[in-house]
Amino acid sequence: MAERKWIKQDLPKGMKFKNDKLAKTRYPEMQVDPGEAVGVISAQSLGEPGTQLTMRSFHFVGAELSVTLGLPRIIEILDARKIPSTPTMHIYLKSPHNKSKIKSDQIAQRLKQTVLKDIAKEFVMDLAKGEVNVLLNKEEMVRRSVDIDAVYNQLKKTLKTFEVIKKTSSLSILEKEKDIKKLYKLKEKLKDTFVSGVNGIDDVMAYKSGNEFIIQTFGSNLRSVLNIPEVDFTRTKTNNFYEIEDALGIEAARKAIVEETMEILDKEGMLVDRRHISLMADIMTRDGTIKGVTRHGITKEKESVLARAAFEVPITHLIEASVKGEVDNLTSVVENVMINQPVPIGTGLPELFIKMGKELKKK
Amino acid sequence: MTDIFVDGTLYGTVKDGKKFIEKIVSARREGKLTKNTNVAFSEKEDIVFVQFDKNRLRRPLIIVRDGKSLLTQKHIDDIDSGKLSWANLIETGIIEELDALEEESVLIAMDEDKLTKKHTHLEVDPLVIFGMNTTMIPFANHDPSTRLLRGQKNQMQGTSLYTTNYLNRLDTNVNVLHYTQKPIVKSYTQDLFGDHITGGQNVVIAILNYDGYNMSDGIVFNRASVDRGLCRVSHFRPYSTERLRYSAGQTDRIMIPDKEVQGYTLEEDYKYLDSDGLVNPETSVAGGEVLVGKTSPPRFLSKLESFSTAANIRKDTSTRVKFGENGIVSKVILTESQNGNQLVNVEVRETRPIAIGDKVSSRHGQKGVVGYLANPEDMPFSSSGTVPDVIFSPFGMRRMTVSHLIESLGAKVGALNGRYVDGTPFSGEKTEDIRKELEEAGFRENGTETLYDGRTGKEYEAKIFVGNIYYLRLKHQVADKIQSRARGRVALLTRQPTAGKAMEGGLRFGDMEKDTLIAHGASLLLKERFDSDIDSVYIGEKTGDLAEYNPVSDKFESVLEPQENVSRVRIAYGFKLLLEQLKSMGIRPYVKLKSKFKEVQ
Repeated sequence: MAERKWIKQDLPKGMKFKNDKLAKTRYPEMQVDPGEAVGVISAQSLGEPGTQLTMRSFHFVGAELSVTLGLPRIIEILDARKIPSTPTMHIYLKSPHNKSKIKSDQIAQRLKQTVLKDIAKEFVMDLAKGEVNVLLNKEEMVRRSVDIDAVYNQLKKTLKTFEVIKKTSSLSILEKEKDIKKLYKLKEKLKDTFVSGVNGIDDVMAYKSGNEFIIQTFGSNLRSVLNIPEVDFTRTKTNNFYEIEDALGIEAARKAIVEETMEILDKEGMLVDRRHISLMADIMTRDGTIKGVTRHGITKEKESVLARAAFEVPITHLIEASVKGEVDNLTSVVENVMINQPVPIGTGLPELFIKMGKELKKK
Repeated sequence: MTDIFVDGTLYGTVKDGKKFIEKIVSARREGKLTKNTNVAFSEKEDIVFVQFDKNRLRRPLIIVRDGKSLLTQKHIDDIDSGKLSWANLIETGIIEELDALEEESVLIAMDEDKLTKKHTHLEVDPLVIFGMNTTMIPFANHDPSTRLLRGQKNQMQGTSLYTTNYLNRLDTNVNVLHYTQKPIVKSYTQDLFGDHITGGQNVVIAILNYDGYNMSDGIVFNRASVDRGLCRVSHFRPYSTERLRYSAGQTDRIMIPDKEVQGYTLEEDYKYLDSDGLVNPETSVAGGEVLVGKTSPPRFLSKLESFSTAANIRKDTSTRVKFGENGIVSKVILTESQNGNQLVNVEVRETRPIAIGDKVSSRHGQKGVVGYLANPEDMPFSSSGTVPDVIFSPFGMRRMTVSHLIESLGAKVGALNGRYVDGTPFSGEKTEDIRKELEEAGFRENGTETLYDGRTGKEYEAKIFVGNIYYLRLKHQVADKIQSRARGRVALLTRQPTAGKAMEGGLRFGDMEKDTLIAHGASLLLKERFDSDIDSVYIGEKTGDLAEYNPVSDKFESVLEPQENVSRVRIAYGFKLLLEQLKSMGIRPYVKLKSKFKEVQ
């Protein structure tokens, strides 16, 4: 490799290397050559271990916590699904609260969302009156510190179209039509109606890690959790990137994508260079929103019409391009493969210029 | 309150789901309800499912009451003497059939001596947890499930004597194994289903490395065994052609085609045709040679043409041996098709001894590809002079197919003592007994023997496991798959090489292969790799349209502006086709041209 000049000004002010000499030689060596196909190399570096992940993830069935890992999770990250299949949070607590199990458990219980079936003894359908009676379990209500008024108010808020009647230890919800199918539907809907807690957090579990207690949750709601005063908002994390983007901004989401992908690959024992993943995350988040590596995501952003048409659903792309009158400048790889021209990468990148000398011009 | 669902629709509610279920089950057993009833109680959702509908998969189980099976020795004796039948057992409520949902709520004991008070049912035989094919794997209870799945699949692909009247049939692409043998170690179900169901041969295997020739699922065969007919198959392929009738009284003609006929190939290709236009049986033919000579009348003639001499030129539509295949004509059948046309069927047979690249397998999912046919003198031999037929790699045992080893031991005992060994899963002969018997026969009880390297004559340092095993030759053969080409046919539309073996096609340099060249930055190599359909195209510099050839001026001219300059560009024909197809879609593409050589001031 040709030796490149070491430019000291590149370092941020006040930064110094521990081993200046080594850094001076290694840094230029680690730089990527011009024309290197970094994107394809990244894709291949991530894709090859992916083929092995399929087989290996089989061994992780029945793990302690059923959080999606391995290849299914990586696919989820790359596709940028709006909601992960197993949304989960790791909630860190501020100093006095994270030291004892009791305190952290209390906070955990407060986070947990209560739905109607958690505090109900039974749901009884009354076909004659056309209503569903919810018999409430008082002990459970005390344990979860909810009272009947709170439940009544919450139900009224969420069930706008139905009439809710409060009784001493039960609630009745009226369905105007006396149809058993509709009544049954209402009953099933009532079971999962939100009552109290943090919306979306189905289950909580406090566990000890190092010398502090951390709360792991199933279900995720970053914005609400960060608002709780005991929560250490600097370390709390979720695996739903859209919530991170919403609460903390795109840079945090980018970082989270890199961290989680690395974590999964590390767990599987796959050695993938961090820079491949960070390149991928950069592309996914470069315009301020999270875009998946799909035809609705980053492929749509491609400049070239032909490259987009080559990927998926060609007809749609071609028709759209013709309506807009798009011009394809053939500056990228796929288009040039298509028309059989050298691709502008690697050896195809440099172009020859002819300098016409004065003598030549005179002739 | 528990909801009751009958055949998937809400029917009503009951107070106590469990009691309700007990009632239904006892009513079913007493015959008050139809035997097709199945009930299941989902405690979590508080729902009872009652099923009466058709098409549910159900399986029979013996009912257990108070820890005792209802099926007694008396019943078994009665069945043996023919007094009782299976239907009687179901009718009297000794055996009942459960579907997948009800099965969830019962506790089934595998064996009668494992019964406790908690059990509700007893398995008819532990064997029934397997499917039909899997039960035929000997000692299958010693294998990981994944291997059983593969073993079961391999048995289905094995060549065998699939039918005894194969000489009177015309089956497409079938293989018949020569000298099919019964397995020495077989499960009880093999007798039940019939011996014809699998086809294979008992071979002697040694588990050891043979240089690199049996690495990663490679298998070394003894050439002497192959020469004596081990794993040899006959491959049959029928060809059929019909003498069609066309309008205006024209017909196909079965004959030796004239040389003037359109599509006539080399004279060599027709040399086996007799005067009636058919080959004779027992002729040795090769790919491309004609089996049935046939000419068809010209079609789609315009009125003008039908008066010219072209009307008399017929087309060659002879039946030829498939490209890359050869064999011997085994029969020629002249008959009539359903439409009343003359029909010629020709069957070509080929004897295929096992060759390097053919797939073989034992019954335990231990498949492999023949990597080498070793000369008999180079094979390892024992002090008694036994030479193995097959050398199997010890690395295959990393798949934990213990049954493979047990079968080898069992078959060795069977071969020594001249008997069949019972290898039924769960209830077959005990490994300890087999080992004991082997020791009594004068061998080491773990199946190992002292072997000598055939190439050097030296004794191997380790004791080598030698045993007999039932080997299947699978239907995947190199002769059907091997193919290569340097140049050849291209598709008419795209001018790209044809695909697939049948069309003498090229091997595709696909998308992922393309990406590797991109990753290396080998730009010009990539261009060269994809220039199979490169073509010169003329494009108008102003309009950006493809120019057409004008025979009057002998020039390429733009259609819209004949006066404009036209440039020649070298692009893929596929791209030119794309541009034209876009036009047919109603999208008009323009090509902007730019000089390759830039001028710098």
